[in-house]
Amino acid sequence: MAKIKMKKKSMSTDMTAMCDVAFLLLTFFILTATAKVPEALPVDTPSSTVQTKLPETDLATITIGKGKVFFDLKGREVRRRTLELMSDKYGVAFTDDDKTEFSLMEGFGVPITSLKQIIEMKAADRSKAGQPGIPKDSLDNQLKEWIYNARIANIEVADKELQFAIKGDAKEEYPAIRKVMDILQDQKINTFNLVTGLRGKDF
Amino acid sequence: MAELNTGDGGGGKGGKVRSKKQNAKVDLTAMVDLAFLLITFFMLTTTLSKPQSMSLGLPDKEKDPKDKNDIKVDENRTMTLLLGDDNKLTYYMGLLATPIAGPKEIAYGKDGIRKELLSRKKSVLEYSAGIGKPKNGIIVIIKPTKKSTYRNLVDILDEMAITGVETYAIVNDFSPEETKLVDKK
Repeated sequence: MAKIKMKKKSMSTDMTAMCDVAFLLLTFFILTATAKVPEALPVDTPSSTVQTKLPETDLATITIGKGKVFFDLKGREVRRRTLELMSDKYGVAFTDDDKTEFSLMEGFGVPITSLKQIIEMKAADRSKAGQPGIPKDSLDNQLKEWIYNARIANIEVADKELQFAIKGDAKEEYPAIRKVMDILQDQKINTFNLVTGLRGKDF
Repeated sequence: MAELNTGDGGGGKGGKVRSKKQNAKVDLTAMVDLAFLLITFFMLTTTLSKPQSMSLGLPDKEKDPKDKNDIKVDENRTMTLLLGDDNKLTYYMGLLATPIAGPKEIAYGKDGIRKELLSRKKSVLEYSAGIGKPKNGIIVIIKPTKKSTYRNLVDILDEMAITGVETYAIVNDFSPEETKLVDKK
């Protein structure tokens, strides 16, 4: 009797190639992922259903929360140039190291005279430093100058008009937001982005 | 799970001692699982961490925003929203002295202001079609008071986007009657 021997099939698939691909992709994503910098002024943004993303470059973010205003810029070269223009304007000297450090740090909220101290701090200490916000009243409107010089710097470096985003705390009262919008509008910036969180349509 | 050890197939027969075939394969299933899990995590965190934004265009400042009311607009088409403190919202249609509807307090969200906006938008379109200008839609005037929060403003702007109201303006000045109306509440 001819015995038909069932060939025992190995149930395992060869996972080596799959594993290779998976780890290759994993490495790619890990390397491209940028570590989130701790925000100088944490705010709770309101949410909206609009799904446009913020641009990655040529963007200045004005953060408003607890009555303070913080300023942040994208792009190292733009930041560096902005600081140079600001230091010319206010006569505050910065060393080359300061400028490099400034081009790498996150948003800040101090008058220009104390900016040097903030730059010299360690990254972890900056958020704890209790930054008072950028002066924005009519007597000493440094926010206006920052916006103005950042625009100049951006045109010089990237040859593009700078975009503005307002990131306000949900509980912030309207006059504070209006004040910033007014400063922007004084410079004929009539279009800007409001940073919001995401939510569904059924709220 | 995926690996079946085929080495000791005839272990029970004849007591023959066979040298066990060593399986050289390592089970990679768990490793692949883990790798894909991490890939998913990194992919989602890199793409989803970009903040959302809402673009807002304001009229030029040289023109006093008040002019918005002075331009001859049909009062039948305007709807004014007053954003008050404590997340209160009051609306009226037309002029405050002779309102078509309201002034009435209304809630934020889909059962409150959105329903109202959609029905008003429809009725204004019908009205415009009636007078032979079917393209004239509703005009919404948003008036945030000093006590209103940023969240209120974004909520209302969001409603504009959801309901598809194209003409809206943020107006910062209040007539005394409007101030009274907001303070009364």
